[in-house]
Amino acid sequence: MQNKSRALTIAVLLLLPAILLAQDTLQSQTVAPAPPAEVKAFDTPNDNGHSITITWKLSADDGAGQNSVTMYEMLRAESPDGGFISRGVVAAGVSTYDDKGDKDKASQNYFPSGKNFYYKVRAKVGDIFSESEVAGPASAIGQWYHTGKTIVLAFVVIFMIFVLIFIRQAQKGKELYVRPIGGIAAVDEAIGRATEMGRPILYVMGLGAPNDIASIASYTILARIAKKTAEYQTPILVPCNDPIMMSIAQETVRTSYLDAGRPDTYKEENIFFVTSMQFAYVAAVNGIMLREKTATNFYLGKFFAESLILAETGSVAGSIQISGTDEVAQIPFFVAATDYTLIGEELYAASAYLGREPLLLGTLKAQDWAKGLIMALLLFGALAASLHWDFFVRLFTVRL
Amino acid sequence: MRQQLPLAIILVIGVFMALQYFVPHESSEFVYEWSLDWVIIIGVFAMALGLWSMFVVHYTKIQKKSSGWGFSVIAILGLLYMLIAGGIWGIEEGTPFMDFFWYVYTPIQATMFALLAFYIASAAYRAFRVRTILSTILLVAALLLMFRLIPIGPLSGPIQELDRWILGVPNLAAKRAIIIGVGLGIVATAVKVVLGIERSYLGKD
Repeated sequence: MQNKSRALTIAVLLLLPAILLAQDTLQSQTVAPAPPAEVKAFDTPNDNGHSITITWKLSADDGAGQNSVTMYEMLRAESPDGGFISRGVVAAGVSTYDDKGDKDKASQNYFPSGKNFYYKVRAKVGDIFSESEVAGPASAIGQWYHTGKTIVLAFVVIFMIFVLIFIRQAQKGKELYVRPIGGIAAVDEAIGRATEMGRPILYVMGLGAPNDIASIASYTILARIAKKTAEYQTPILVPCNDPIMMSIAQETVRTSYLDAGRPDTYKEENIFFVTSMQFAYVAAVNGIMLREKTATNFYLGKFFAESLILAETGSVAGSIQISGTDEVAQIPFFVAATDYTLIGEELYAASAYLGREPLLLGTLKAQDWAKGLIMALLLFGALAASLHWDFFVRLFTVRL
Repeated sequence: MRQQLPLAIILVIGVFMALQYFVPHESSEFVYEWSLDWVIIIGVFAMALGLWSMFVVHYTKIQKKSSGWGFSVIAILGLLYMLIAGGIWGIEEGTPFMDFFWYVYTPIQATMFALLAFYIASAAYRAFRVRTILSTILLVAALLLMFRLIPIGPLSGPIQELDRWILGVPNLAAKRAIIIGVGLGIVATAVKVVLGIERSYLGKD
């Protein structure tokens, strides 16, 4: 009996600190954390007018001790006196929140533009919280100019100035030197080869959308090549993967045949829609290469995984092949599998090279000058970063 | 007039699209989205033209018994089957339309994609044939990158380091150079088309 009471006393003594500690923790959890301070609500800059930004100074208990804040909750109301509703939460340590909404009035998350709102920020530890002072009023207003894109605008303006200067020089008759590109120099030879062999030419515009710039560049090259094929009376086949691209290509080739004085030899059925599915398109084009035994294949535009399948089939068929794309990942495949490759920007320059018009050559010269400017800025940027001239790095930051 | 009207439309739309990039206001977004809706509408009408073009091309091949006309028969039958099956039974899972898609079309597409592996081997063989100093550099770089994936004992560490340098320095520099060039080319082409300097597609010359 005596042993039993001694054991009980020892057990109580051992458990006592744990009980006291648990009570202490419970007490500390019931104490609300310090509230966030200096809450500010203002119109989100450079937006469409459906967002308000809230900033605050972190709670004194954020990241400190047992009262550590776990999250902040944003509350919004139309009046400072009440009616606050939750708009979202952010994790501890974060001191900014964009209260965004939809511009569509029918949406449940519609955020009215121009209406005044008031905000409070709650610092929370589980269900316990403390609230900041009410901030506001603030209203969302759409901006007419995105200040974060000023550097982009500056570059566009500089580039336009280069273009205008060189166009003016070209108009005055100044001879503008542009370096020769092997792939473009080979176009005449490739068309001549097809003519001598009495076989058609295949022109593939890739799988880009009609409004991709690579596709637009491809139409302009197609116009030049189609004019030459019309002059040489060599058929040109243009299988398309998009009906809009087919319509544009038909119109482009028709116009080129008219310009060449050979409208009678234009065949609309040679510029046709195949399918918009990637590998079905590849299968069809491969079939055309092997059946029609095309002497020359052009792959100019936007290409993806199909690039190598097309180029290798053309190689097996013995066609002379000229390719060009702005897809960096596909350029190595074209370099390996085709005879000539227009790398990146050369695709965009090809039409100017083929046309040799002074105005177009002027834009090429402007591109070269812009590249020179970028190279100089890169060198200076590397120097500035090494010397910790942060203002220079910040100058080129684009905020989207 | 045949040239002026399209050029005027291109100028107006092109300038708007360029300005729209710098204007975040709701009104600018509205016009931009509205113009994109038009692309969809035009696309729907163009699809009818595309289908007609496809039908005519294959029908002509069958009529003339051109080389490979049997494939054209299959293409037209496939087109008709999908149109009819989709029209009658819908395009939900388990319908004849989707069965054809999953059990005929998808395996054929996967087969085409699988060809890529063989073509990579044949293209690599051609590219790596040591004929010039450039192809030698390409071959050595490719071998080093392939060795990265193989455990080769004490050499693994240095090769990993070297590969990291190849990918992070010369390779990345070349990629970025191409990307910068492409960016300038895109702006230059847009300027040429919008200002009507490039009008070859309209048959200027």
